[in-house]
Amino acid sequence: MIQFLRNRRNLIIGALLCLVFIAAAIVSFFWTPYDVTTLDIANKLKKPALPYLFGTDHFGRDIFSMIMVGARTSIAVALVAVTIGMVVGVPLGLFAAANRGALFDELIMRGNDLIFAFPALLIAIMITAVFGPGALNAIIAIGIFNIPVFARLTRAAALSLWERDYILSARVAGKSRLRISAEHILPNLLNLLIVQGTIQFSLGVLAEAGLSYVGLGAQPPTPSWGRMLAESQTMFSFAPHLAIFPGLAIVLTVLGLNLFGDGLRDYFDPKLRHNRRSEAAVPLDELALLDSEKGRSIK
Amino acid sequence: MIRYLARRLVSLALTLLIASVIIFLALEVVPGDPASVMLGVNAQPETVQALREELGLNVSKPMRYFNWVSGMLVGDFGTSYTYRTPISEMIADRMVISFPLALYALLLSTLIAFPAGIIAATKRGSLSDLSIMGMTQLGVAIPNFWFAMILVIIFAINLQWFSAGGFPGWEAGAFAGIKALTLPAIALALPQASILARVMRSSLLDTLGEDFIRTARAKGLSARQALWRHALRNAMIPVLTIIGLQFSFLLAGAIIIENIFFLPGLGRLIFQAITQRDLIVVESVVMLLVFAVVAVTFLVDIAYAVVDPRLRHRLQ
Repeated sequence: MIQFLRNRRNLIIGALLCLVFIAAAIVSFFWTPYDVTTLDIANKLKKPALPYLFGTDHFGRDIFSMIMVGARTSIAVALVAVTIGMVVGVPLGLFAAANRGALFDELIMRGNDLIFAFPALLIAIMITAVFGPGALNAIIAIGIFNIPVFARLTRAAALSLWERDYILSARVAGKSRLRISAEHILPNLLNLLIVQGTIQFSLGVLAEAGLSYVGLGAQPPTPSWGRMLAESQTMFSFAPHLAIFPGLAIVLTVLGLNLFGDGLRDYFDPKLRHNRRSEAAVPLDELALLDSEKGRSIK
Repeated sequence: MIRYLARRLVSLALTLLIASVIIFLALEVVPGDPASVMLGVNAQPETVQALREELGLNVSKPMRYFNWVSGMLVGDFGTSYTYRTPISEMIADRMVISFPLALYALLLSTLIAFPAGIIAATKRGSLSDLSIMGMTQLGVAIPNFWFAMILVIIFAINLQWFSAGGFPGWEAGAFAGIKALTLPAIALALPQASILARVMRSSLLDTLGEDFIRTARAKGLSARQALWRHALRNAMIPVLTIIGLQFSFLLAGAIIIENIFFLPGLGRLIFQAITQRDLIVVESVVMLLVFAVVAVTFLVDIAYAVVDPRLRHRLQ
């Protein structure tokens, strides 16, 4: 019973946290308590107290408003990066699984290994340094490292599905490998992909924060959580609120996404809740875990 | 076994070869000739030409690639454009910080993660399991650079137990060096420990559900004996994989942390090299890091085959 409640609790808390930040991002398009582009030096470095809920920075800008607008950047960058990873990675994985052992399969898998061999953050920094800092290049840099995560996960999960009887029936019925992949394999992978997507989303938020922190993400005047932390660094000895609130925003968003992902996994696959080995040839849960650990290195 | 080893070695060499081509090509597209960038816009064409020759930029691209790779094979990583010193020396200078820092962080992470993972797995569903898992959720959600800032606020600014940054050098004594690396190592270890504890827990849970554990219990071993004699050893494979990955990640991944604490390590070297367009340094250091990742993965795989007779058997 406690187990049951705990699993639902993950899902609910995670969803609530995610909703708060998504809502903040959407509302910020229409309304923020203060304008984040106007400087108000008279009210600089105010401690957190009404009317400035989280205080103000060295230009007198309201931290609360900046966090709301910053949520946009984080969500947009991470969302597009995950989409890149899925749109490229999933078809590659499906195709590799459909042609198991073929040259193409081998090429894709070795290509994945190759990308994993590169230290992710370094490459992201290199990409943004070479092509110029900015949100778009940050998205590309993060997106590239999402591709092998999805390709590998899709391939492994699809391979175990290809052993199933209903796939055999579909083949006997004369469907092509491509059609089977699209009509039977992909729909059965959706749950897994959504869960992994949530995890990669949270890693994307962390990666964006890291890149912005070193000055390679979204550029001023676009507020971003990572850059707010970077700017606070020279002042946090006398104005710790500048560092604390943007950091909390990152932590709570990532935590929310992770809890939501975990909750979804349990919801989709109650078998895992009891932690029995799944019937699949590859223990999917473990595999996804390993891959996301590798993806994590982008932080 | 020999055949497996040979095949793995060939694939290792191939990976490195392709990686070197990618790194070389990626940095070739960067606009601007390093020699003219270094000398500025007013330089005489002859001076630029002379520098190009000195830096080995006057030969064709394939030749330059060949020179770079063959140099690395004998330990010559080229000469930095900005500092005019051999890159191998620069790397060696930085390694004396990055390597101990990575080891230190990994040690902390393992020391936290092993007990935490074991307790969580053996007391599944208990309050300690719930709180350990809750902590690890928080641990993976905290960006390590933010955690580093918080550590500085608490331990360097308020309590003044540690300095906020810098490295006195190992000449100042092992204690001073380790002390300077402590806050960075803690900041690096937190997310790693959280990941490791989760992997440890899930791997151990899988193993504890195996038939051979039931057999061990049935023949009279206590839960504790079964855990220490049978379960732990069998649960170690995914854990070791992650530890291997984490070590190579820590070598390169400390880049932001090194910047926060002003540690002149490998990450800071490469960060500076990128901003100064010192491309040869970037190429060589990235190549070295890729080598580290690939080599560690290779060694971990080989270690499995040596340690685990079942794997060895399957490979033959």
